[in-house]
Amino acid sequence: MITINALMCKGCGYCIKFCPKHILEMGKERSQKGHFYPVNINEEACTTCAVCALMCPEAAIEVEAKEG
Amino acid sequence: MPSYKRPSALLPMSTGYCPGCLHALATRLVADVVDELNQQKNAINVISVGCSALNLYSWSGDEIGAAHGRAPAVATGIKRCLPDRLVFTYQGDGDLAAIGLAEIMSAANRGENFTVIFANNQTYGMTGGQMAPTTLIGQKSTTTPFGRDAATTGYPLKMCELISVLEAPVFVARYALNSPKGVMDAKKGIKKAFELQLAGKGFTFIELLTNCPTNWGMSPLDTLDYMNTNTIPYFVPGVYKDKEGEK
Amino acid sequence: MEKRFMKGCEAIAEAAVRGGCRFFAGYPITPQNEIPEYLSKRLPEVGGAFVQGESEVASINMVYGAAATGTRALTSSSGPGISLKAEGISYLASAQLPAVIVNISRGGPGLGSIQPAQSDYLQATKALGHGGFRAMVFAPATLQEAVDLTYNAWEYAERDRGPVLILMDGCLGAIMEEVELPEMKELNYDNTEDWCLARVNGREDSHMITPILPELALEMLNKFKGMTYKMWEMADVKVEEYLLDDAEYVVVAYGIAARVAKEAINTLREQGHKVGMIRPITLYPFPKASLDNLDYEKVKAIIDIEMTIPAQMRDDIELQVKGRCPVHEYGRSGGILLDDDGVLEAIENIVKGGA
Repeated sequence: MITINALMCKGCGYCIKFCPKHILEMGKERSQKGHFYPVNINEEACTTCAVCALMCPEAAIEVEAKEG
Repeated sequence: MPSYKRPSALLPMSTGYCPGCLHALATRLVADVVDELNQQKNAINVISVGCSALNLYSWSGDEIGAAHGRAPAVATGIKRCLPDRLVFTYQGDGDLAAIGLAEIMSAANRGENFTVIFANNQTYGMTGGQMAPTTLIGQKSTTTPFGRDAATTGYPLKMCELISVLEAPVFVARYALNSPKGVMDAKKGIKKAFELQLAGKGFTFIELLTNCPTNWGMSPLDTLDYMNTNTIPYFVPGVYKDKEGEK
Repeated sequence: MEKRFMKGCEAIAEAAVRGGCRFFAGYPITPQNEIPEYLSKRLPEVGGAFVQGESEVASINMVYGAAATGTRALTSSSGPGISLKAEGISYLASAQLPAVIVNISRGGPGLGSIQPAQSDYLQATKALGHGGFRAMVFAPATLQEAVDLTYNAWEYAERDRGPVLILMDGCLGAIMEEVELPEMKELNYDNTEDWCLARVNGREDSHMITPILPELALEMLNKFKGMTYKMWEMADVKVEEYLLDDAEYVVVAYGIAARVAKEAINTLREQGHKVGMIRPITLYPFPKASLDNLDYEKVKAIIDIEMTIPAQMRDDIELQVKGRCPVHEYGRSGGILLDDDGVLEAIENIVKGGA
């Protein structure tokens, strides 16, 4: 599963653009810092390929591999 | 399936970079590799002037701020005294390719056993977007308001090409950070450079094509497309020299 | 103690090695080339590193890097090169790194001449770089003094964590004299623990060395440095006071000028004239007290003798004299040496003129 640290995120949208499963979208809530940040809209479809983390400039996304 | 954990070589706080700045991504990639090679306690980050100086507040290990353009000279002093440490400079294009051209070429030519990470975003970001030595022809900046004109300002400097003709450097490569493929290649390149350094092979140079949403006046996502159509055709990614690989 | 007949530049270089110097970076410039030439052979013998930099600027920044590792680092140059090093020297001051810089000065301004001169007093004592810091400035007059000051220069640099300058002129750099060389210092890195890049001595933490600071921290550093400079004035002034007790005329001169002046003073003493001399050995901190405490009931005039025109030390002298007697100056410049006759005549004119 992926964890997005809203405080580190600056809302650039790279993770959303490059997610091969298109399961991230910009959330409607702002972080404490005032940025919109992405949310995972389909946890099930996530393959934990970690491309989102790879493209995140702020290392705001951590990915834990799915079992199996 | 792969997983990703924030590298401990970075402090647990967000960087000082603007949203979508690939400088931050470049910094993170270096930190990723330092973690992978378990060099957190051995690495020394020689940080230059400009937006690259924001590294000072992100890096968790040993770090030293150098004067504008002088990071390769500072790294020379450090590495000659502490040859077992993993030493790298982190420099932008104004720093490295303009004011620090003598230092980078001479350190490369001496074959100093450290790594240079060169973030090329074609602008002086920290000072507000003036023309850099790498600004593309036609690209607007605050000192080329009508676009860079080769007739009066010459052409963007291709550092990988320049350095790869020197005898001493062992690994010289350029990567674009605007796609997952480019970022993955870049990470491998940085890792290879660090491994070569740790094996005492000599000077390694990694150029990372980055962006500047703020001074280019674009959204972060638009900068990625701009890089595809403008930056990458001029600054062609690839391995320009691989002395060990040729053997 | 080992005695050797040595050239000035080489004596300094050997004294540096014996004082613990293990890194040198420099760029060729006359009249100091014997320092890098000597060290390129000598440093590898003691496990040190020598780098011929691509420029003066690169060289001082290599020293900045080496100093950050706790290594005793040295660079040398002459006036035009010191101007180029100004950037790096200022960064050493702000990053609080110790290093020793030697200036074997020559005629100025500009490329000037390659002949000896004392043309860099103001640069050395007032503005070695931008930003308003000071460095301790040692100005030896004999090669033995140059050896002793160089040998101990890092003790000051490390104690106060900043650059230390040794200012000599091309004449002292080129002459040969017998010197007693001190023993090789045992290197002790214990005191570098808290300021150099970590894990130099197996330390486990990490360290940030930075030449840029947030405003309040920078102001705190500057206040602290200001206090340090005051401490220097109280504790570290070195000065030679020569025949001052009954002096009616006081020469103020340093380095080579003081040697020439001393000859003239001895001649005038033989003629019955009461002439003495104050010879600053530290140009910064300036020996203010020596001048301030003169008996101005007795002293009729001060004569500032320097191998530069116009005299550069004069402002510092006048600040202490406070108008209590006239201040005169005599000098040669452009690379023309002071000679015995000229200096004697200059002092004689003032003494006999009764000014």
